[in-house]
Amino acid sequence: MTVATAQFNLRLERRRLWGKVFAGVCVMFAAVGIVALGVLLIAVFESGWQYVTWDFLVSLPSILDPASSGIYVALVGSVWLIGITAAASIPIGVAAAIYLEEYAPQNRITRFIDLNIANLAGVPSIVYGILGLAVFTRGMQLGLSVLAGGLTLALLVLPVVIISSREALKAVPSSIRFASYALGATRWQTIRAHVLPAAIPGVMTGVILALSRTLGEAAPLIMLVRECGSIEHRNIWVTVLRGCPSRFTTGWTCLTRCFRISRPPVSSCCWAS
Amino acid sequence: MITSFQRIRERGIHGALFLCAAVSIFTTAAIIWVLLSESYRFFNHPNVEISLTEFLFGTRWAPLLAPQSFGVLPLICGTAHVAIGSLVIAIPIGLGAAVFLSEYAPKAFRAFGKPVLEVLAGIPTVVYGYFALTFVTPHILQPLLPNTQIYNAAAAAIVVGIMIIPTVASLSDDALRAVPRSLREGAYALAATRSEVTTRVVFPAALSGVVAAILLALARAIGETMAVAIAAGMTPKLTWNPMESIQTMTSYIVQVSLGDTPAGTIEYQSLFAVAMTLFAITLATNIIANRVMRRFREVYE
Repeated sequence: MTVATAQFNLRLERRRLWGKVFAGVCVMFAAVGIVALGVLLIAVFESGWQYVTWDFLVSLPSILDPASSGIYVALVGSVWLIGITAAASIPIGVAAAIYLEEYAPQNRITRFIDLNIANLAGVPSIVYGILGLAVFTRGMQLGLSVLAGGLTLALLVLPVVIISSREALKAVPSSIRFASYALGATRWQTIRAHVLPAAIPGVMTGVILALSRTLGEAAPLIMLVRECGSIEHRNIWVTVLRGCPSRFTTGWTCLTRCFRISRPPVSSCCWAS
Repeated sequence: MITSFQRIRERGIHGALFLCAAVSIFTTAAIIWVLLSESYRFFNHPNVEISLTEFLFGTRWAPLLAPQSFGVLPLICGTAHVAIGSLVIAIPIGLGAAVFLSEYAPKAFRAFGKPVLEVLAGIPTVVYGYFALTFVTPHILQPLLPNTQIYNAAAAAIVVGIMIIPTVASLSDDALRAVPRSLREGAYALAATRSEVTTRVVFPAALSGVVAAILLALARAIGETMAVAIAAGMTPKLTWNPMESIQTMTSYIVQVSLGDTPAGTIEYQSLFAVAMTLFAITLATNIIANRVMRRFREVYE
């Protein structure tokens, strides 16, 4: 009877070769991703660069003379939209994150809120458009205005702001809080004076990501805008708050305009291209 | 030590913060209520009779043409077509990038490569659609497969795949890095090469995070609106041919919103029925992804 003395075959060269092949495949895949980004940026820049002149940026769209149209209306709309979205989502988002991190007990309601936020972060943006249409445009009678669009986008980015603010608050070391409590501060005093300032960089990162998403979201706005062709600078506050009379601009943003251009059979397009 | 004013103030702030956190519950409730009430009106419309089985299992979607037909399967098929195609592109590239960034790359490259991948995530989706229409279809797809139409599913799948690469790569990278070093070092101590450690020890340990990342990317691909609306066209068809134009649920919603359908008609309400289906599918995918992430995390760590 032989004791099992089979030689353990290391096959080291073959395994090292497989290792190199595997590493090469991974590098290739990673490079494809970066190359795709590069190709996309170059393609978009190359076809659009020559049109981005100062006139393009500040002139109004024109049906009669497509060559001299500009995206001023859309730019102003985008700026308004970011402003309203930031004003609505930052306070509520940071406040919700503070509650969930600092105040919330570990019970079912808190878990339910956590689950809710995680789900809302994954809802398609067009469903938010429908929500905004129903709640803000019809329910609150805001009409097809910038305010309705801004509030809808604020709801859209709220989960992002909450999640990233929570991460920022979690990263603040507990020793800061304990030291503050040891000196007799209340919970809100601790948060306001110590925790929140320490977490501000992380919160700002999340806010910037959320606002950059605002700039890029065209789908909810498709449902909430209508075509306006001019800018009326008087009474601008009145029109923002009361909804959009037909002469107020800025139902548009740059990207919904891009969408309109590329679908000429579907929409009435201002540009001939 | 604490005055009664301070006590009241603390209570008030607690309540106000709770209300802000509850905004998320209100949002979900509002979404569900809006979609359900309008879908109810869709199925109980006074003029047109549509049953749930006819909606879910019918194979012809023609709400804006006569004769009207409301089978949603072509839209679901279109959405699945784009989603699966995009996963075919995003999974190899995303996982390859994640493995490379977490296991092989030197620190300097990782500090440079991860932000570059995040930039891909920040590009507006309309730009991806435009890129598909003006670059991918004429310069990549039509030279390779001459029968490709201008609006086709393959371009949409490619572009959505590129769009979700950062999701897969970033979350998988986090999952791979979360595997404790002791596992890796134990494998090295048993004379495993680096690729064997990666494929046989680290990757199975991080499998839950990777699967959750893929499911989240899938949910994002299903919900993607603008890129597919521009790139894939608007003809609902029950086809698996990637060279033809198709319509997804999201691009149908966009089509109805942009058009002239008056509120209250059956076409208008079909928008909400499709949105309800879409919401249900993405919600199920997100819940499954969260469950997977949480369940397997207990097993391995």
